[in-house]
Amino acid sequence: MSDPIIQMKNIEKHFGSVIALAGVSVDVFPGECHCLLGDNGAGKSTFIKTMSGVHKPTAGEIIFEGKPLDFADPRDAMAAGIATVHQHLSMIPLMSVSRNFFMGNEPMKKIAGISFFDHDFANRVTMEEMRKMGINLRGPDQAVGTLSGGERQTVAIARAVYFGAKVLILDEPTSALGVRQTANVLATIDKVRKQGIAVVFITHNVRHAMAVGDRFTVLNRGQTLGTAVRGEITPEELQDMMAGGQEMVQLEGSLGGTV
Amino acid sequence: MADTTDTDERIKEISPLRRALIRPELGGMVGTVAVFTLFALFAFDSGMFNSQGVMNWSIVSAQFMIIAVGACLLMIAGEFDLSVGSMIGFAGMMIAVFGVVLAWPMWMAILITFVICCGLGALNGWIVVRTGLPSFIVTLAFLFILRGFTIYIPQTVERKTIIGGIRDAAEGDWLAPIFGGKIGQPIFQWLGDMGVIGVFERGTRAGQPVVDGIPMLIVWAIALIIFGHILLTRTRFGNWIFAAGGDAEAARNSGVPVNKVKILMFMFTAFCATVFAVCQVMEFGSAGADRGLLKEFEAIIAVVIGGALLTGGYGSVIGAALGALIFGVVQQGLFFAGVESSLFRVFLGVILLFAVILNTYIRRIITGER
Repeated sequence: MSDPIIQMKNIEKHFGSVIALAGVSVDVFPGECHCLLGDNGAGKSTFIKTMSGVHKPTAGEIIFEGKPLDFADPRDAMAAGIATVHQHLSMIPLMSVSRNFFMGNEPMKKIAGISFFDHDFANRVTMEEMRKMGINLRGPDQAVGTLSGGERQTVAIARAVYFGAKVLILDEPTSALGVRQTANVLATIDKVRKQGIAVVFITHNVRHAMAVGDRFTVLNRGQTLGTAVRGEITPEELQDMMAGGQEMVQLEGSLGGTV
Repeated sequence: MADTTDTDERIKEISPLRRALIRPELGGMVGTVAVFTLFALFAFDSGMFNSQGVMNWSIVSAQFMIIAVGACLLMIAGEFDLSVGSMIGFAGMMIAVFGVVLAWPMWMAILITFVICCGLGALNGWIVVRTGLPSFIVTLAFLFILRGFTIYIPQTVERKTIIGGIRDAAEGDWLAPIFGGKIGQPIFQWLGDMGVIGVFERGTRAGQPVVDGIPMLIVWAIALIIFGHILLTRTRFGNWIFAAGGDAEAARNSGVPVNKVKILMFMFTAFCATVFAVCQVMEFGSAGADRGLLKEFEAIIAVVIGGALLTGGYGSVIGAALGALIFGVVQQGLFFAGVESSLFRVFLGVILLFAVILNTYIRRIITGER
């Protein structure tokens, strides 16, 4: 493998007296799907917000494409090629797919010196990109509200890829989805990875992680419990690490190993 | 992945009717046709459709349209402005104070009034985005604050609540005719000579047409509608307006400057209110402390009849303009038809309720909610 596209070294983040991250190190290579696992409160959200420029780390270093990086705000991160797809907050249901697709990056054409929204271009590109991702739209003016949850995630991912994301952070993209929709989103992640984009996939579902992940990092109480490579770890071991071991063993006994 | 096949068997073909239903203008168009049909049937001989009659309801509709365009864009951006009516009274009073009491040149009075009112709009917007309070509450406060000043200022400086003499003060001014003048007089004179429209039979103006031109108020209304419509549907900023009202958080995540968009829309609403006020004081020649009462609600009703959602993110300027037209035609039409004018309010309430129910239903179709 080549050099990592982004390295997070000993990231610490304190909110007042609360230590949300106590020295987390993760590196992500182009074309890899790096799964970030952790239970609620493990620090996953704080960590990706630091990566995408929302938070400034209290200590530690972010190295992006070999250079130390200091994002002032999320727009900086976006411009550099770090895109985040949030669980719910990426799409606007009342707006058409093409308006959503180009939201914040509207294509322009000049007529008589005045810049207008280039709807023809936006519609054409939207239809093309959606077809590539396996979504058949009735038309580019179809409202996002009529799409399923999985399709919305796919539109959001396709949008990030189209606008040149090098690192794609997916914040629990499958947590609210049904089985089939989850499969679609996981297939989309696979397609994106094959295009050489680094994917950071946040989830607390081990099975979803095992389906597409190349490497797995487990966060627990603001610390990394280690990074494992695909094939070197079983789902059970990951599950145990996420839950912090002990109590889970007892629980699983009583639940008959179904968790 | 079954979704990759050419068609998804779970998506029913939607009928053209349903497709037409989700256009926000539809309600406005149907309403406009219905209203004109009704009055053509029952009030055709009342003078409603001769030149004075048409001009009468056109002016009233144009007044509604000017404030509806601002209210429409603001509502699509996800906010309300309840201070529109007070802003109209306040702006008119400012022009009277600057132009008559302080005797500044009228163009300067008008320009400074625009600056002050757009600044107040920006203040409204700034408070809303900074505090995160509902715009309903913030602008309700400004409804009272501005109305209070509109009464207090003329009482203090002139000991009365109506300041006249604006028409004299505006005499020979270069800017005032842009709000208070008329255009197209030669065409109307020619139409009068040809006998198409009515002319004065007697008096000093004998032979001149009764309707002698299109007031600038109507020109402003049409210009603002065209500007608003193009801004909303054909520009990047228009996309940001939809996004800011549809889901501010998602819009921010995509890099849309939501706060800037909202503040600018508050300023635009204030601008529209000021246009209304300037046209009104130029027409009446005076500014009154009670001008613009209830206009904020009339603007919101016109916008809702035009298909915009009260929750933001969806609507149309053309729809709002048609809503304003329905408003103006019915208000004046009932007068022409000899119907008790208080029934107009009954009509307003009924049509508002009907429009909101229809819009909610349409929203469910668009978003697929059940």
